[in-house]
Amino acid sequence: MSAPETHVMEVLATKAEARKLSFYYGDFRALKNISMPVHEHKVTALIGPSGCGKSTFLRCFNRMHDLYPGNRYEGEILLQPDNANLLASTVDPIEVRMRIGMVFQKPNPFPKTVFENVAYGLRVRGESSRRRIEEKVEQALHDAALWEEVKDRLHQPAYNLSGGQQQRLCIARALATDPELLLFDEPTSALDPIATASIEELMHDLKERVTILIVTHNMQQAARVSDFTAYMYLGDLIEFGITDELFIKPKMKQTEDYITGRFG
Amino acid sequence: MVALMIGVLTFVALFLDMALDGFGRLSWEFFTNYPSRRAGQAGILSAWVGSTLVMLTTAFFAVPLGVAAGVYLEEYAPKNWVTDLIEINITNLAGVPSIVYGLLALGLFVYQFGLGQSILSAGLTLALLILPVVIVATREAIRSIPQAIREGSYALGATQWQTVRYHILPYSSAGILTGVIIGMARAIGETAPIITIGALTFIAFLPPAPVTAEPPFLSFEWLLSPFTVMPIQMFNWTSRPEAAFHANAAAAGFVLVIMTLAMNGLAIWLRYRLRRNLKW
Repeated sequence: MSAPETHVMEVLATKAEARKLSFYYGDFRALKNISMPVHEHKVTALIGPSGCGKSTFLRCFNRMHDLYPGNRYEGEILLQPDNANLLASTVDPIEVRMRIGMVFQKPNPFPKTVFENVAYGLRVRGESSRRRIEEKVEQALHDAALWEEVKDRLHQPAYNLSGGQQQRLCIARALATDPELLLFDEPTSALDPIATASIEELMHDLKERVTILIVTHNMQQAARVSDFTAYMYLGDLIEFGITDELFIKPKMKQTEDYITGRFG
Repeated sequence: MVALMIGVLTFVALFLDMALDGFGRLSWEFFTNYPSRRAGQAGILSAWVGSTLVMLTTAFFAVPLGVAAGVYLEEYAPKNWVTDLIEINITNLAGVPSIVYGLLALGLFVYQFGLGQSILSAGLTLALLILPVVIVATREAIRSIPQAIREGSYALGATQWQTVRYHILPYSSAGILTGVIIGMARAIGETAPIITIGALTFIAFLPPAPVTAEPPFLSFEWLLSPFTVMPIQMFNWTSRPEAAFHANAAAAGFVLVIMTLAMNGLAIWLRYRLRRNLKW
């Protein structure tokens, strides 16, 4: 490691850290011994060619793989400040998802009103005060830069919104419950360039409040939005570092080949 | 296409023939009179009241049980050979002749449980008969919900029950309702199982009213009352020698077909209305 990078790493707080994480879909080992940190109030991007395991890795953080049979984790993901291993079998995945939000590749608002979409996370946590819910919903919509556009149609179906608005609604939905870490799984791959730009801008503003881990297949996007980048290939973590350094002078030949477009 | 036209035209011809035969008998009195030895005064009061009460009982048992079974099989059951076996059996049950259900009900409900030849027995029998339809409709409706909706719900920290309660059930309600109504439309025309359990063919009184003047105001005596239903009333009239009773049978048949068509129409309309709000 070069000297300036070490220096930067030291002052950073770690929000989560994967340690020797392996993941199996049945017999297939999709992730191989991955160890890397996710720094607090930073955007960390996961890049790599299709099938490299970046989405699989992301979905380990909120135990999404638990929904399907035959999946198995090895190693640990430690979440700070309590240093809890998210993957421990004693940890309830629902507790994990209460602390870690997720935004999906394709906007997936529920077929309910705009208001109910954002309020849902609060309702599943047992919040019943109408006033508290209204406050939180408004705050979350402000945070997702959507309030001005939807304040007059909170009680209309969410499907009436445009694709970009739907994705920001999904972000608001995840923000309403004050997550500590927010996972983005290729959040703009189904959106047009203008909607993409607004989501990227939003991510930049959000990192003041929440740590972000994003999977993207778009290297320009990783370069634009992230502070740290991890390059993965076939289930291995090839290189992790500060985004600017990784893109300008990657240490690994494989990374260089990928980001210069010679491969992938 | 030709085969379809032959089927439709045959049905239309039969229906028109029946409507013409029975039309002269359709009047207000026909619905408010009990059956009678005199064809001109006979009506279908006890039959349509019986049919309605049996249908209510059927829905009361078949819907919760069928929906719960469908939700369990789709959302909770592990995917293994036991589930596969249950799935095959449900499909098979839908094809079992209804008389077999009648025989089962005669042995189980009427004699073993001592429920007698009552509305309750008939309702339970028809509930068993349409249970596979309700289960299959529920499963189809649940399967059409995209996985992204489930993942979205779970990702917000919802439990499995919350996901079922707030998403799976509401979004599949249109399909479930359609399946229930189509099942009921089948049940309302069923004769064989009802005769097997011993419905009366001639009945000149109504079951006790479900609402009473004295507390507790609700009475469930009607559940154990003897009864008749529309198709049995028809069957009774057609088996008489006098032509005047045949006209009564045609009129009752006309009413029954209209009821069935109305139920199917309602199912189509409801599906259209409720699906309009759901697009993935």
